[in-house]
Order: sequence, then structure tokens, then C-alpha cells
Amino acid sequence: MNLSLLILLPLVTAVVILFCKGLKQVRSVALAGSVIQLLASCFLLVAYWKEKNAGNHSPMLFESDNVWFTALNIHYHIGVDGISIAMILLTASVVVAGILVSWTMEKLSKEFFFLLVLLSMGAYGFFISLDLFTLFFFLEIAVIPKFLLIGIWGSGKKEYSAMKLALMLMAGSALVFVGLMGIYYQTHSYDIMQISQMHIPLEVQKFFFPFAFVGFGIFAALFPFHTWVPDGHASAPTAASMFLAGISMKLGGYGCLRVATFLMPEAAHAYSWIIILLATIAIIYGAFATMMQTDLKYINAYSSVSHCGFVILGIGMLTQTSINGAVLQMVSHGLMTALFFAAIGMIYSRTHTRMVAQLGGLLKVMPFISTIFVIAGLCSLGLPGFSGFVAEMTVFMGSWQNPDGWYRLATILACASIVVTAVYILRAAGKTVMGPISNEYAVLTDATWNEKLAAAILVIGIVLIGVAPFLINQLIAPGTENIMQQVGKLITQK
Amino acid sequence: MSNYSYIVWIPLLPLAIFLVLGIFGKKYFKNTSGIIGTLALLASTVISFIAAHQYFFVDGKVNGVYQKIIAFKYTWLAFSPNVSIDMGIIIDPISIMMLVVVTFVSLMVHVFSLGYMKGEVRFATYYAFLSLFTFSMLGLVLSSNLFQVYMFWELVGVSSFLLIGYYFDKPSAVAASKKAFIVTRFADLGFLIGILILAFYSGTLDINTLIERLTAVQSTHFTSIATAGFLGVSMLTWGLTLIFIGGAGKSAMFPLHIWLPDAMEGPTPVSALIHAATMVVAGVYLVARLFPVFSMDASVLTIVTYVGAFSALLAAVIACTQTDIKRVLAYSTMSQIGYMMFALGVSKQVGENGLGFMASMFHLFTHAFFKSLLFLGAGAVIHFVHSNEMKDMGGLRKLMPITHIAFLIACLAIAGIPPFAGFFSKEEILMAAFHSNKIIYGVALFTAALTAFYMFRLYFSIFWSKESHHHNSHGEGTVSMKLPLIILACCAVGVGFIPFSHFVTADGSALETHTDMLFSIAPVTLTILAILLAAAMYKNENDKPAKAAAAFGALYKAASRKFYMDELYLFITKKIIFPLIGRPVAWVDKNIVDGLMNLLATITAKMSVLIKGLQSGKVQSYALYFFGGIAALAVLFIYLWK
Repeated sequence: MNLSLLILLPLVTAVVILFCKGLKQVRSVALAGSVIQLLASCFLLVAYWKEKNAGNHSPMLFESDNVWFTALNIHYHIGVDGISIAMILLTASVVVAGILVSWTMEKLSKEFFFLLVLLSMGAYGFFISLDLFTLFFFLEIAVIPKFLLIGIWGSGKKEYSAMKLALMLMAGSALVFVGLMGIYYQTHSYDIMQISQMHIPLEVQKFFFPFAFVGFGIFAALFPFHTWVPDGHASAPTAASMFLAGISMKLGGYGCLRVATFLMPEAAHAYSWIIILLATIAIIYGAFATMMQTDLKYINAYSSVSHCGFVILGIGMLTQTSINGAVLQMVSHGLMTALFFAAIGMIYSRTHTRMVAQLGGLLKVMPFISTIFVIAGLCSLGLPGFSGFVAEMTVFMGSWQNPDGWYRLATILACASIVVTAVYILRAAGKTVMGPISNEYAVLTDATWNEKLAAAILVIGIVLIGVAPFLINQLIAPGTENIMQQVGKLITQK
Repeated sequence: MSNYSYIVWIPLLPLAIFLVLGIFGKKYFKNTSGIIGTLALLASTVISFIAAHQYFFVDGKVNGVYQKIIAFKYTWLAFSPNVSIDMGIIIDPISIMMLVVVTFVSLMVHVFSLGYMKGEVRFATYYAFLSLFTFSMLGLVLSSNLFQVYMFWELVGVSSFLLIGYYFDKPSAVAASKKAFIVTRFADLGFLIGILILAFYSGTLDINTLIERLTAVQSTHFTSIATAGFLGVSMLTWGLTLIFIGGAGKSAMFPLHIWLPDAMEGPTPVSALIHAATMVVAGVYLVARLFPVFSMDASVLTIVTYVGAFSALLAAVIACTQTDIKRVLAYSTMSQIGYMMFALGVSKQVGENGLGFMASMFHLFTHAFFKSLLFLGAGAVIHFVHSNEMKDMGGLRKLMPITHIAFLIACLAIAGIPPFAGFFSKEEILMAAFHSNKIIYGVALFTAALTAFYMFRLYFSIFWSKESHHHNSHGEGTVSMKLPLIILACCAVGVGFIPFSHFVTADGSALETHTDMLFSIAPVTLTILAILLAAAMYKNENDKPAKAAAAFGALYKAASRKFYMDELYLFITKKIIFPLIGRPVAWVDKNIVDGLMNLLATITAKMSVLIKGLQSGKVQSYALYFFGGIAALAVLFIYLWK
């Protein structure tokens, strides 16, 4: 399968959107494009299984390598492993769902859908890149649309939030760039697979690892650089929130893993205590901060800080199980937060408030929306049968393998956050969907077909992972194994 | 080995019903959902009985010992080559016993609900949730993997949450459901960390392998977990204590019991199923499931014993003062589970010394029948008088004859009057306690008397006391409500005669027990005295209860306020966690962490304004800078030249 199709499809969709007229045309094209993309991603999954079953054990499949810029040795080198495929499937699902919930976006609809599709193109490109420069290029493509999406279609203090988000993510990109340059001047290569075979001296790793890790970490809400998350999510329109939490934050986690940890494993090992410290703080601190929020979007945004802490924790623990868990958590969190934001958007568009105190008893008039809200909540608090449980437990089991006392303490604290999560989720759900309903809401209507479809796609993903985790585990395990071999080899060499 | 794989259908049927009713119930099965759910569960119950017959009477025994059979196993989530969550089914005496109890009581509740919940708007949802619970509970008892237990453990927790909050527009029900979930979640944290510890040292999550490795004293697994320590306590003790905390949360043991009385906000049949017969005994079941490992560590068993005994006593004292009939029953449940817990605590693994284990399981078995009967009876009464409060009842014996007789039988059973079921199991527990710890025996004896007292206080207040002012307009209830009462009443009389010790013991081989007439004299006499006292105080309306309450003074007041446990918890959450942790964290995030980011942005902006001034675009100022620069350089040059 030609992977460039994954970039080409959104690009074509975006260009066609520019020539469309009116909301109806635009949204049909956007939906068609994203559905085809989703099908292509599923096809990619099938093709991947076929190759694996045929006995192809190379770490990357469907590779293609073209020189892009000879003087600097920049290649357009793409390829996928199980981890990238999981991320691509996640992106494709969130994009379809995001377009479906924006079905009635009247304001500048052409530009809105154009930017959404453009953003998704950046993400797809990012996940398939095996060349650091190409990867960086796509990362930047995924950042710019977010600024516009929030600044133009947002609500509340949108200018401030858009600026804050753009500046912080740009700062992240700048740090990433420094890290990449460091790697490049040491190895004179941008090729991830090539670099992974070379040995970068420890001092160089130690100097440049923090740039790359923190840079990507800003995308993944690494404490204390997470403050763009609450404001950014709260001001963004529903689809942008879904993209932000479901896709953009995953770019960070993926980068931390694929670039920082994979290419500079010794530094990752040396700094693991700092990573774990920051992750544990994010998990606990994010959870307590969530408990005090009163706005549904802020609740979900802060809980994202806490949940993304599990991704960082899993990476920092550097065991295969924990890294598996980190990847699972990325996928799970992406689907779950997208669902949560979708539900919040649906509630907001009807009640015109997101304040928990003003809502109540919505289950009576909106059983569907309330149910998906509760499902997202239950997934968030790690109920078995949903993806959150699988991901969190894998992180815990992986972290616990590290017998060091302090790492154990970090694991226990991370486990403890599930209690706090239960508190804030049940507070939000108990007040919003349960309880007596006020008269002004008694006439509201339940979800429309497009909203139901959007939710269904995400719920299917969540439940599928939750009920049959062995499927996704088989998908990502070869990829994480490959990364761990790298880590293990270099650490034992010392 | 014979084939037991058909057992898979027992939990799968309720799961299928949950999915069908949950997704399509509202539209297509608005009125028939009750029948569908009940029929499916009937099938599950029949299969359970077939399985029980096959296991206990046909091929479960090899050389006089009941075997542990793995009927089914599938690797669900592999963490590493050795450690994985498997979906498996374990067949042994306790799982088969639980299978029978859960399906049977659940069936009774399904039938009862047909009448009790008739006309509810969310009738289909109710049956969907009931099926979800039954599925989860069956999955829990059949689990062959420790993590699988944890998964179903969480699922029963959430079904309990959904059912307590069934009347979701009632704020008290919402609060109660949240409380139940959060308190048990807190306990589950202990369970989870306990699993992590045990799994790390034993290198497996499979229960059978884990037991094998951690009971072999010579093995490296056992020595590593017994020698590794933290704060001077071995990791074995830590792991088991944490797991026990999980069990104590679900089984409402002190101090994690506070959710149980509030959980009575749910529909009464739900209380009968979840909060009396099945889910609340999950903690006891968990300890029993891992009992071989527990029996390796005397200190943990001591904790289990004292927590159980204290909970039994505390709950019995509180039960004497409550006026809401469901809350009385809730505390009585807690008290009876306390019995089961300390019976496990005083037990040993092998032979005669395993009497406590057998007694605990026996009591779990008999308790399921008479306690669900009590709750369903209470449900019938509440259905009739539309109130939970004792003061609204009285003199109902003529209006509700069947309920009256059934309730009386259940009261006699729980009080431990021969030949009712509770007598036999309680007798074994007292015997086990007597042989190992006299203090515990004393507490158990006193609690038995208290039990008889508060149960008959309840009985006389409902069915005797003042004359009823209710009109017999809508009768005692539908057939579907009366039938389960009659069946369960028969069970409450009959199940005590089952030679339980031949089937369910700690080590799988039959245990000979004998009821000792001399030994029985003390508890039975005390019980009868307590019943007579209750009769004297509550049979007719009089001022004796008020006087007694006044005589006990502070104790009565404290007990009626549940010893201020709720206030304590509220204090910790509302006065400590929220204002002292949550609020500062939110403040720090908004002002310090984010403030720092904003400060950085401000500094950058200020800097750029300053630098911007240099590039004004005015040629005159550029010329000025230029000549100024030259002049400065010239001065510098001349100065340095010299």
C-alpha cells in the first residue's frame, strides 16, 4: 500500500473544499473525504496484518524513501509500524466524528472545514514520517490551523487562548527543532531508522534529549507546560477541542516516544526520574485541579492533563509493558476525550451553558447524549469494558515492574488518582445528567443523526479496545518491542 | 476431566439480555422486558443447578477431594510472557456454591420486580441494569485470574451505582450512588495495589498458580515475598492486607461501611439482590478465594478477625436504634457479614481446623436466602404503606398474611432459632470462634442476642404494635411478588439441613461436624430472651422504648447517629480534601504555574517593544545612531590606542 495516499487524500479534500459553495457542499465533501480516509486506514490495518502473517518482520512496513533536499540529506521517508497504525486509526476516527458534530457550522464553513482537514493532514504526515525533518514539517502544519480555529470560531476569551496555545506550541516546536538539529549535527542524518542504529555519545544525548522531550512534552501537556490545555480547549469550538485532545496531544506523546526516547535511549534512562516525577505531579495535580473546576470543558481539559500524565509516566518507566500502556493510553484517551468533548458540545449547543451548577437532570430529555456523556465518564475513571481500564492497568503493571522504591511510590500515587477521577467524574455526571431537571431544559431535544453517528464511531472504538484488548495489543507490541530492544541494547552496553 | 464449558452460558445469557434491553429495550420491549429478563435468568439458574449437580454428585470429586477445575481460559491481555489477564472460569466448591446462590436469588428478585416495578417508565432499563449486575457478579465468582476478579469487581460496583441511582431525579439517590461508588473505589485502590504486589512476587496473575507458589514455603516466590519488607512488615502481609481492604470496602466492613445504609435509596428488590445477598459478600468471597494464601500469614488473619467481629458488633448496636426498616436491614447485613469475616479469620486451611472457613461459607449461603427474603418482605411492606419508616407501620399481620409469615420465618432464621437455616450456620461459626478465641466468641454471642432483639423489634413494629390505619385497597401484592416470598421462606427453613460441610470446605475434603446440644444451649437461650425482651417492648404500643432510649442516654444518641461516622467522612472530604488540597492546587495552577507562563509572555512582549523602538524607520534617528556609534568607537579607539 502506498502510504502517501494518506497525505494525498486530505490534501485533495482540502483543495476541493476551497472550490465548494455553501455549507451543504462543503460538509459533504469533508465528510466524504474523511470517511474515505477512515476506510483507507482500515485497509492499511488489513494490509499490515497480511504482511505480518506472511512473516514480514521488518520493523517498518510499506516504506518508501525519496530524496527531498539533497544538500541537507533531507528525505521524504515514510513507513509505518503498529504504533503508527494505531495512531492513524485514532486520527481517522476522530476526524470523521469531528466533522459530523460540526455539521451545522454556519460561520465561514468553507474555511472551517478546510482547516480541520488541513490539520488532519499534518497529523497523518507526522505519524508516517521516518525522516526527522519531514516529521517536523508535518508537525508545524498541524499547529497553525489550531490557532485560527480557536481565534475565529472559538468562544469566551478566544484571542487570549488562541495566542497562548500558538505561542506555547511554537515554543515546543522550537525546542523540538533544537533537539533535531543536535541529532543531525551528530549523525548527519535525518533518518530515524538509520540514526537508531548509530550511537550518539552520551553527553550529546544528555544535552539534546531535554530539548526534544520537553518540546514534544509541551504538546502532550507535560507539567508545568500544560497551561495551554485548559484555556485552549475551553475556548475552542467543539470539533477543534476534539482534534486538539484527540490528535494534537497525541503528536506530542508519539514524538516523545518515537524521537526522543527511541533515538536517545541512554539519556531517557538517565533522566527517567525527572520524567516520572513530572508525570506523577501531572497525574495527581491534574486530578485535584479537575476536582475544583466548574465548567464542563475545563473539567475535561484538566482531566486530560491528568490522563496524559499516564502517557508520560509509561514512557518514563521504560519497560515494555509500560510503553505499551503509554501507547494504549494515547489511543484510549484520544477516543475518550473526543467523545467527552462531543457530548459537552452537544449539551452546550442546547442548554447554552457549560457550568455544572446550572445543569441537571438531562437524562430525562436527552437520554442519548446523557448516555454517551456517562460512557465517556466511565471510560475516564477506568471502568473495565472500556479502553481506559486496559490502558491504565497496563501502565500500572508496567510501572510496577521497576522495583525501585521511588518508582513504586510514583506508581502508587498514579493508582491513587483513579479515586480522585471517580470523584470528579461522578460529581460532574451526578449533577449534569442526574438530579432534578429545571423547567427551561424540559423542552430540549436529543441528539440528531449526525451527532449519534459521531458518538457511535468513538464509542465503538472505546468498547472494542475495552472488550478485546488483545487485538490492539498484538498490533502495537511489535512496535514497542522494537523500541525497547533499542533501549535495552544501549543500556546494557554501558 | 469432564466438560464444564457450558458454564460459560450462565454469565453470557444475562450479558446478552443487558445488551438487548439496554439498546433496544425502550423501543421494542417496553412491557415485555421483565419477562424476557426473567426467562433468560431462569435458563441461567437451571444451568447452574445442572452444573452444581454434576460437580457435587457426579464427577467433581477425585479420591474424596473436590478438585479445582479450569473450565475455560483465554488470554485477554498479556502484560508480559508470564503475567497476563486471562478470561477464565474456575470450578470449585465455593464458585459452584456462589453460582447457585447468585442465579437463584437473582431469579427471585427478577420475579419479584415484575410486580414491584410494574408501571415504571424505565422498566426496560431497570431489567437491563439488573442483568448487567447478574452478569458481573457471575463473572466475579467464576474468575480464575486475580485481575479478572478485579475487573468484575469494578463492574459490580458500577452496576450497583447505576441501580442505587435508578431514581436519578431524586438528589438523595444520586448522592447515595456516588457515595457507594467512591467509598468502594477507595477500597479498590487497596485491592489494586495488593494485586500489583502479589503479582510481582509470584510472577503470575492466575489464581491457582499464585496460590501454589505462595503457599510452598520453600519456593523462591514465597521466600522473596516473605522476606521483602516495607516499614518492618513483610510484603506478603502488605499485599494481603491491601487486598482485604478491597474486600472490606465491598463487604461494608468498618470503617468502610458508610455507603451501605445510604445504598438503600435504590429500589428494594435491588437492595435484596445486591446489598444483601450477593455483591456485599464479594469481600468474603475474595478472602475465601485466596484463603490458602491468607492462611500463610497469621497477622492478616488476625486483622480479618477483629475487623469482622468489631463490624458485627457495631452494626448490631446501630441497628437497634434505626427507624427506617431498610436501614435496619442494611446494618443487619453488615453485622452478618462481620460474622462471615471473623469466621474466616479464626480458620485454618486444613482438616478440622478449617471449620471456620466452612462455617463462613455456610453462613454466606443461608444468609443469602433469609436476608433476601427479609428485603423482599420489607419491599412488599413498603409497597403497601408507601413509607420506609417504622412509625408509619404496625398491625400489618392481618392485611399481609403471607408477607407476615415469610418475614417471621426469616426473622427466626437470622436470629438463629432451631431448626431454621441461620441456626445451623451460626452455630458452626460460634463453635469455630469458641475453639480459637474466647473474646471473639463472647462478642459473637452478645451480637447474636442483639441480632434477635433488633430483628424482632423490626418484626413487632411492622406487624404488631398499633392497629393499622391502612385500607386493604390494593391487596398484598401481585402473584409475582408473593411467589418469591413463599419460595424463599421454604429455603430459609430448609437449607440449614444441607450437609454443607460435606461439600464446601477449605481443603476440598469432607468435614464431619456435629451439632452439640450442650453448646447450643447458651446462644439459643440468649436469643430467646432477647426475642422476649423485644416482644415486651414492641408488641404493643407503649412508652418502654422511649424509656429505654433515655436510660441508655449518650450511647443511644450516638448509635442512632451511627456513631458520627458520616460526619467524620464529611469533615475529611468537605473540610480537608476540598479546601486544603483541591482549592490550593487549582489556585496554584491558575496563578503560579500559568502566571509564570503569562509572565514569560509579558517579558517577551516588553522586550520586543523596547527593541522595536530601535527600528523606528526614521532616517534621522538611524543617522544619529550611526554617527553616535562612530563617535563612540572613535573615542574608544583613541582611548585604547594610547
